[in-house]
Amino acid sequence: MTTKLFTEVDAKAAQQLLESPTPPLLIDVREQNEWDAGYLHGATHAPKGMISFTIPNIAPEKSAPILLYCAGGVRSAAAAETLAGLGYTNLTSMAGGINGWSAAGLPVVETTTLTPEQKSRYSRHLLLPGVGADGQTKLLNSRVLMVGAGGLGAPAALYLAAAGVGKLRIIDFDSVEASNLQRQVIHTTDRVGMLKVESAAVQIRALNPDVEVEPINDMLTTENVASLLNGVDLVIDGTDTFEARYALNDAAVKLGIPVVHAGVFRFEGQLTVLAPGRGPCYRCLHPTPPPAEMAPSCGVAGVLGVLPGVIGVLQATEALKMLLRIGEPLIGRLLLWDALEGTFTELTVKRDPHCVACGDGTAKGGAA
Amino acid sequence: MSISVRIPPVLRTQTGGAKLVSVDGASLSAVLTALTAAHPDLREQIFEADGTLRRWVNVYVDGADVRHLAGLETPTQDGIEVVILPAMAGGALGSAR
Ligand SMILES: [Zn+2]
Repeated sequence: MTTKLFTEVDAKAAQQLLESPTPPLLIDVREQNEWDAGYLHGATHAPKGMISFTIPNIAPEKSAPILLYCAGGVRSAAAAETLAGLGYTNLTSMAGGINGWSAAGLPVVETTTLTPEQKSRYSRHLLLPGVGADGQTKLLNSRVLMVGAGGLGAPAALYLAAAGVGKLRIIDFDSVEASNLQRQVIHTTDRVGMLKVESAAVQIRALNPDVEVEPINDMLTTENVASLLNGVDLVIDGTDTFEARYALNDAAVKLGIPVVHAGVFRFEGQLTVLAPGRGPCYRCLHPTPPPAEMAPSCGVAGVLGVLPGVIGVLQATEALKMLLRIGEPLIGRLLLWDALEGTFTELTVKRDPHCVACGDGTAKGGAA
Repeated sequence: MSISVRIPPVLRTQTGGAKLVSVDGASLSAVLTALTAAHPDLREQIFEADGTLRRWVNVYVDGADVRHLAGLETPTQDGIEVVILPAMAGGALGSAR
């Protein structure tokens, strides 16, 4: 008698498995167009033809319980055999598939509101475990405040726009200069002289019409910061003065909004995620700015053009992780990058219980 | 006891451009004393007049902020890296702008 490579259950039994205290990983092995028409709640999409390539990311542990389904039960049984051949040991296929599930009167998740154009545009996101249609919808419904449309803001804004972050509020008070173009890739030669926020808006709209741009030609101050943060899920900090950075920090802590902080200098950059209630704030890192006469004067310091590109794109990466709630964001960790050495250094940043912005004595302190 | 101290880009004028400075010392205090003896211009950037660390200058021993360790008394084992990290603004992002 041969050992069975997998178990088969009907829809009712599958539902009981999914409602048990230790539910199996639910995998839909159908094709994209079938998935788009509706799938089971909590399912990960992994088409059968590609499953041997995608499974290591979806289920790194080969003993993990896995429940597979397709339309009628044939393809999920075949996929279960494939996985058994790869060494997976706890496999179940749902007999009757999603059709049997619907026929039993059980609920199927309607597909998201993504349009056919969006399904095409974001198809590489839709294929990703941890993003998918749910994640893409989250991004489309998110609003990010970009403080600065310069070296860091330019690449970050382009990638967030490309990723389909639905609302980008951008504040800057400068105009595009020729000397910006070596690194501020959101601006173009024919837009020299235009307000940076207008130039950024032109480029973002050309890249992705899904994105609503809110250009604000102003300087961030303690007076306007609260209204700038209104309705915002996350901030990309490209501030260039201590005044603006501390004003942004204190308001973001009060409102519980995470800030992706970064800086670049010559051939080096740094980056961290400041998430109120989950880790330190900027004042925990640096309680006070240096007095003006001690602040290193770097107004004319150069920077390798790609430097803010790399760090700005890392900011966008952290922003997407935070918005999608995936991975390990750089909370409590400060990453230093030395481009010439080609090395990253990671420093630990702790929340300071005595911090005047987020410490235990403040309204926000208890949450951490 | 060889400790390598990573000098931030904004303070390299004071070290003649050196990014990594190797010094000896069994505690952070000894390490920074040796560092500032070799590069005297660094002293007022890092230390207050009373010998405590400047409030806007963070120092990390083996990746951890010494304010959460034993401050200047933090022991420094052979081969460990010390990182000096002052708050940067205008500079950092002035070049970003
Ligand atoms: Zn704090």
